[in-house]
Amino acid sequence: MLKAGSVKEMIQQKKKATSSTSVIEKAVPVLLFTAAFISVLTTIGIVFTLIIETILFFRQVSIAEFFSGTVLRPLSRVEPQYSILPLIMGTMMTTIIAMLVAIPVGLTTAVYLSEYASTGARKVLKPMIEVLAGIPTIVYGFFAFTFVTPVLREVIPGLASTNALSPGLVMGIMIIPMVASLSEDAMSSVPNAMREGALAMGCTKFEVTFRVVIPAAISGIIASFVLGISRAIGETMIVTIASGSTKNFTFDVTQSMQTMTAYIVEVTSGDAAAGTTIYYSLYAVAMTLFVFTLTMNMLARYISRRFREVY
Amino acid sequence: MTPATPKPETITRKQSIIQPEPDTGKPLVFNTKGLNLYYGKTHALKDIHLPIAENEVTAIIGPSGCGKSTYLKALNRMVEMVESVKITGEVLYRDSNIFDRSFKVEELRTRVGMVFQKPNPFPKTIFDNVAYGPRIHGIRDKKTLKQIVEKSLRGAAIWDEVKDRLDENAYSLSGGQQQRICIARCLAIEPDVILMDEPTSALDPKSTMKVEELVQDLKEKYSIVIVTHNMQQAARISDKTAFFLNGEVVEYDATDTIFSNPSDKRTEDYISGRFG
Repeated sequence: MLKAGSVKEMIQQKKKATSSTSVIEKAVPVLLFTAAFISVLTTIGIVFTLIIETILFFRQVSIAEFFSGTVLRPLSRVEPQYSILPLIMGTMMTTIIAMLVAIPVGLTTAVYLSEYASTGARKVLKPMIEVLAGIPTIVYGFFAFTFVTPVLREVIPGLASTNALSPGLVMGIMIIPMVASLSEDAMSSVPNAMREGALAMGCTKFEVTFRVVIPAAISGIIASFVLGISRAIGETMIVTIASGSTKNFTFDVTQSMQTMTAYIVEVTSGDAAAGTTIYYSLYAVAMTLFVFTLTMNMLARYISRRFREVY
Repeated sequence: MTPATPKPETITRKQSIIQPEPDTGKPLVFNTKGLNLYYGKTHALKDIHLPIAENEVTAIIGPSGCGKSTYLKALNRMVEMVESVKITGEVLYRDSNIFDRSFKVEELRTRVGMVFQKPNPFPKTIFDNVAYGPRIHGIRDKKTLKQIVEKSLRGAAIWDEVKDRLDENAYSLSGGQQQRICIARCLAIEPDVILMDEPTSALDPKSTMKVEELVQDLKEKYSIVIVTHNMQQAARISDKTAFFLNGEVVEYDATDTIFSNPSDKRTEDYISGRFG
């Protein structure tokens, strides 16, 4: 049997014996902070390098030429020209095509999963859609180049063997799970009491979905679109493989176009000597790309805060 | 809890003047005939027979899990939101069976409004909350909507509290105010019956009193079915009371009879606080 007060004594003894605990208590927050700081430090490092090298680039090429010219000819020996517009155009066209696929299909999927699917159907479908998100992008690129493009060429006569259309469509398919799953999260977190309130007033399921659930979840839904756009802008493998490397400044998506990401792949896999203009152009393009995706991500954050319906 | 022979005498007496006999020939809004309801294998409602008369407050009392909320939700078929539910028997609303294939559930719910246990306004302005139902059902004219909103808010005895802040989010109101907004939202489509599922259980005593007074006013125009676990509340505000136990109706009668002279021993035990 324990004597009264003996537990108290044991605890006190234990405390004295382990004065090292105080060291651990002090060290843990430092360790945790360091871990968190690594990613911050990396970001700062990358941004810093990008800025420095971009400045060096603009000593050799004027900002006006970079942002207003329409010809990108970095390898020309006679008269190299550095304009980012053909790359921005390539990125924009593939992204638009991708979102034309991802937004309607992703949102419809989300509405189905959140509002209409039975528990059983949801249990089967959700993991399957998430598998789609786990496929490596190189596989999508390969799929676009060896399957989608040939099929499209049967239908669209003038389609080039590398073009913006096919990788755009495939990128859209790749982004569907992201839009679907983020939008579905937003819709499922709308409290059931609200659906019941509307149903009890004689609303149909369709009215409940489109006039109660979607408005209440709109911030999350739009944020999912914006994050999808950001993903499309930054996507590299699919466009590198299936969109070719012709630096066309055109709206014609049946032709080969190069995106910002694909340009970086092309130049880094060639042999751009350090210090040359083409080498610095990498950083200028990367910087532009970074600004694009950063803007999109910040926009997503802003939207999800600004339009959040409080309930 | 209430002693064995209870009594808000004044109120019951007043009611007996208005309503001298329990079964006058008032038309019925609902008549339940042999209703059985199963959740999967659980037999939640057993052979329910219950009339609900026009312009009266019918209270449904009983311990937790006795099926009183399930019964209420059967009346506007909200109970069908549970996937495993199975229903046999009839519930006649104005003489037509609501479970008939030809009976449109949206139409039923337009006529039979519901107020929930927890206030559930939409995350919209006070105005939009009340105008929601009329808008859904096709009323677009701004002037008409304004009139409907004012009338409904007055009807729910909350107009004076919110008339200057109609464009504020409904969630900026207190719980009791939110509940009256929900009642106003319900009134806006001019239902025939209002179902109330423990409408005051999430409210403080003062808000509860306001909602109870409101129920008294509302029965002039509407028929009300209220589920409550608060027996004093049932005694205070209802004309008829049904006592549910284990999915059955043990006793149904005029409220003053139930509370002063119940015919079933179990009813007496429950209202005297011996269980539940």
